[in-house]
Amino acid sequence: MEINSERESGALVLKTEGRVDGSTAALFQDGIKSSIAPDDDKVVLDLENLDYISSAGLRIILLIAKDLKQQNSQFAICSLSDSVMEIFTMSGFNQIITIHDSPAAAIAAMS
Amino acid sequence: MTMLDTDANRGTEEDKTTYKILVVDDEPDLEPLMLQRMRRSIRSGRYTFVFANNGVQALERLNEEDDIDMVLSDINMPQMDGLTLLEQIPKVDPNIRSVIISAYGDMKNIRTAMNRGAFDFVTKPVDFEDLKLTIDRTLRHLTEWREALASRDQLVTLQNELDVANKMQISILPTHFPETDGYQVFASMEPARNVGGDFYDIISLQNERVGLAIADVSDKGVPAALFMMSSRTWLKGSAIGLDNPGEVLKEVNNLLHEENEQTMFVTLFYAIYDPGNGDLAYANGGHNPPLLVKPDGSSELLAPVPGIALGVAPDMDFGQNSITLAPGESVIFYTDGVTEAMNAAQEEFGLERLQEVFAAHPPHDSREATQAIFEAVHAFAGDYPQSDDITCLVLRRH
Repeated sequence: MEINSERESGALVLKTEGRVDGSTAALFQDGIKSSIAPDDDKVVLDLENLDYISSAGLRIILLIAKDLKQQNSQFAICSLSDSVMEIFTMSGFNQIITIHDSPAAAIAAMS
Repeated sequence: MTMLDTDANRGTEEDKTTYKILVVDDEPDLEPLMLQRMRRSIRSGRYTFVFANNGVQALERLNEEDDIDMVLSDINMPQMDGLTLLEQIPKVDPNIRSVIISAYGDMKNIRTAMNRGAFDFVTKPVDFEDLKLTIDRTLRHLTEWREALASRDQLVTLQNELDVANKMQISILPTHFPETDGYQVFASMEPARNVGGDFYDIISLQNERVGLAIADVSDKGVPAALFMMSSRTWLKGSAIGLDNPGEVLKEVNNLLHEENEQTMFVTLFYAIYDPGNGDLAYANGGHNPPLLVKPDGSSELLAPVPGIALGVAPDMDFGQNSITLAPGESVIFYTDGVTEAMNAAQEEFGLERLQEVFAAHPPHDSREATQAIFEAVHAFAGDYPQSDDITCLVLRRH
């Protein structure tokens, strides 16, 4: 599990790689939290290279979304593989987390 | 006393931890000499020294001051000698480390001291550079030992917590399964060692109807087990009060959301079976859709209905759907522990293999069908460790 961050067009884009399950969920949470600066008001989580996410990982994404909402920041996820998209669809979380096809589309929708 | 020194500063002058060392010797010269030679370490706050003239005094000090880390003791002293003192120290505190000061070449006493648990020894006349290295090495060992003890205690605590959580989980599972001439229900859960929060429930409703639920809580440990208890309690209450599975899930979702600081969630599939006409009405809170198995062994997933895992967002709407079971048809409820069970080649068991279980042997009995699923998952996974709870519930109309 790895997280790389870059800033483009005023948004923080976090790219996640590998598997997020019970054993890596805490790392995933710490990695995301430590990447977000207090003045980041647009955050995109790019899941293109995410191989697998368990319910423990879904919970972390919900927590991050909740935290960002509380500080009035915008949040979206993007570039989900078919299998990860299926997890979001089955759990119904696609109804409460904004999902886009690409980081560019996510950023465009935020401005 | 800090338990978490880092490797970088351990044993250096930057180390902010102060160690208290008890020096035991009947020679009055040693105390001023010690304070003089060790003044830098004392001034930097690394060591403090306390002194005693013999073993009896030493034990008194150890009993008075419970923060002594290390004892540095001579052997030959009046009243109680150093070798006797060595035997007494562990009775006060087994985690104190002792270093003996012996006459040069006195191998007999040195061997006795080591056999009685001394950590190291120095010889007279005392070389203070060597003594300082010996003290540092002893204290470094002590720090590592304490860290090891602390992590062992944490592991024990964690294991106790998980044991409590596992017991809670197993205690809420029903042990009685309805079985009539018209239909039969059976369910089983195989807990993973440390992770998992699956449960199922079977709820008796009015007019012989029965509520069937299968669920998976997002996290592990005691908080997740408590969340599971709440889920199950709210579900029972709502199921008895409401006739419509979608309304039941809507209510349970709102109740769980009200007190969910930790953003846990539960995926929960809930259905009401009416044995009178074979109708199965269902709603889905973000769970894997069950499998309908025909008498010929062919199978398909129940048609999807809108919904979301429970506990996360308030006032969500849940759709519902219903089917009528024909005699000989079964519905297989399962958790992702079944479909995501892994083998050594990192392949998942998957839905197709679950369907194959029944393609070859159409279920005639809910208990046998449940067992067939577990056998197939075990055969597939082999020795590869189970990472999640495996749960299934089978309803069959006879």
